[in-house]
Amino acid sequence: MRYSALRLIKESLIGHKGWGAQWRDPDPKDAYDYVIIGGGGHGLATAYYLAKEFQGARIAVLEKGWIGGGNVGRNTTIIRSNYLLDGNEPFYEFSLKLWENLEQDLNYNAMVSQRGILNLVHSDAQRDAARRRGNAMLLNGSDAMLLDKEGVRRLYPFLNFDNARFPIKGGLLHPRGGTVRHDAVAWGYARGADQRGVDIIQNCEVTGFKIKEGRLLGVETSRGYIGAKKVGVSVAGSSGRVMAMAGMRLPIESHVLQAFVSEGLKPFIPGVITYGAGHFYCSQSDKGGLVFGGDIDGYNSYAQRGNLPVVEDVVESGMSLIPGLGRARLLRSWGGIMDMSMDGSPFIDKTLIEGLYFNGGWCYGGFKATPAAGFCFAHLLKTGRPHETAKAYRLDRFMTGHIIDEKGQGAQPNLH
Amino acid sequence: MIINHPLLGPRDAQEFTYLGDAGLINRPYWLSDNAMRGFHDYLHLRDNPAGLHRELWFHEQGDRSWLVVTRDTTTHEITKVELARDVARAKRTAEATQ
Repeated sequence: MRYSALRLIKESLIGHKGWGAQWRDPDPKDAYDYVIIGGGGHGLATAYYLAKEFQGARIAVLEKGWIGGGNVGRNTTIIRSNYLLDGNEPFYEFSLKLWENLEQDLNYNAMVSQRGILNLVHSDAQRDAARRRGNAMLLNGSDAMLLDKEGVRRLYPFLNFDNARFPIKGGLLHPRGGTVRHDAVAWGYARGADQRGVDIIQNCEVTGFKIKEGRLLGVETSRGYIGAKKVGVSVAGSSGRVMAMAGMRLPIESHVLQAFVSEGLKPFIPGVITYGAGHFYCSQSDKGGLVFGGDIDGYNSYAQRGNLPVVEDVVESGMSLIPGLGRARLLRSWGGIMDMSMDGSPFIDKTLIEGLYFNGGWCYGGFKATPAAGFCFAHLLKTGRPHETAKAYRLDRFMTGHIIDEKGQGAQPNLH
Repeated sequence: MIINHPLLGPRDAQEFTYLGDAGLINRPYWLSDNAMRGFHDYLHLRDNPAGLHRELWFHEQGDRSWLVVTRDTTTHEITKVELARDVARAKRTAEATQ
């Protein structure tokens, strides 16, 4: 079924009885050509592009719970292409271009809103770094504008410009960045994949891999054994657990990141603001709630909930940037589990086990990568070669020395 | 989280900074034949378990001791706290008597 305004009018006249389910609920078959583990944004996007762009057939997505119930449903919905390094920026620019055409491609309203992202600077050194980053973005086909203090004031007059410790000196504006309705991304990809014959199998937990002489034969699941020619693992947050079943140790630690939503307010933050003097970023959802977040808690965790010291730290940062935040009540906070990698950058690569492929290590930036990660992972699964924009995301890069460390923190995952 | 310091008693986790897996105590021998692979694995690869995890915490805002904390990563419950130097010494003694 194709969604359109005409269809909506028709349905409104017959009491919306004709919509039907958006995807099937099939039982698993005995074997598939491609099995994707993880029915989140990345897994569903992988299945969608594999079926649509690479003519893959006999594809299944296995999901332990329900689709879109993991990090794609728990993030702060920001999309952007404002990276510095060559290994990263072409990939994220590719992703942003896919976002820009996503709704037309999927025939699904994902509420892609390019409302602009502003990274604030508070010192001369930060302005130099912002100028350099902006130039790197421009060189890779993205867009960037360096704003002075008055330029920032015109956009966001309510910020704390004269903070004695961290006065706002300007900012780097990325106009094509923005926000997306995150659940709709998972649902849109699921519907698109299902229409192209992909079996989306929910409540199906992978419990083991069947590997013989270095070659993957299939996966053991809570709903029986499923044979597979190629298996792609895309299970952000649980990467360590799943790959351990294949006997692999990863350059990844799992950490918890918290996010927050305030009560609904009238529109007052038109774009996305990030603080340069502390880890804090904020946008306003279309429902009116202020959506914000900050640092990870900083210790290994699979608990999907954080602790109060980080809540205090995030809210303090927010208050020092937007004093008006103190008048709003916090409605909800929650935690999600991040694959924190050793250099802060992800992996889309084959493994030493033939037929087993891995997509993970996205730290807390996986959402914006969803379309390109899906596309590039599908490319790798189909052709066996990395996509042009994802060729730096290798699992062996710590051995070869080709690390992609945007922050220059070294192998200390809780600092990325 | 409250970390029950072996010398100072229960202290708020905010006083500590976190390094990571307690396996970081066991540096590979730098003159061994496969030191390159050893240091790669030591520095970059992690077991990353869901469940009990032995990890290094530094009492930065306190007595500046290193602790080995055993904590459940699925519940954040701390079940055991040791001084890292005791753990390292015990390991060295065990190796010497082998």
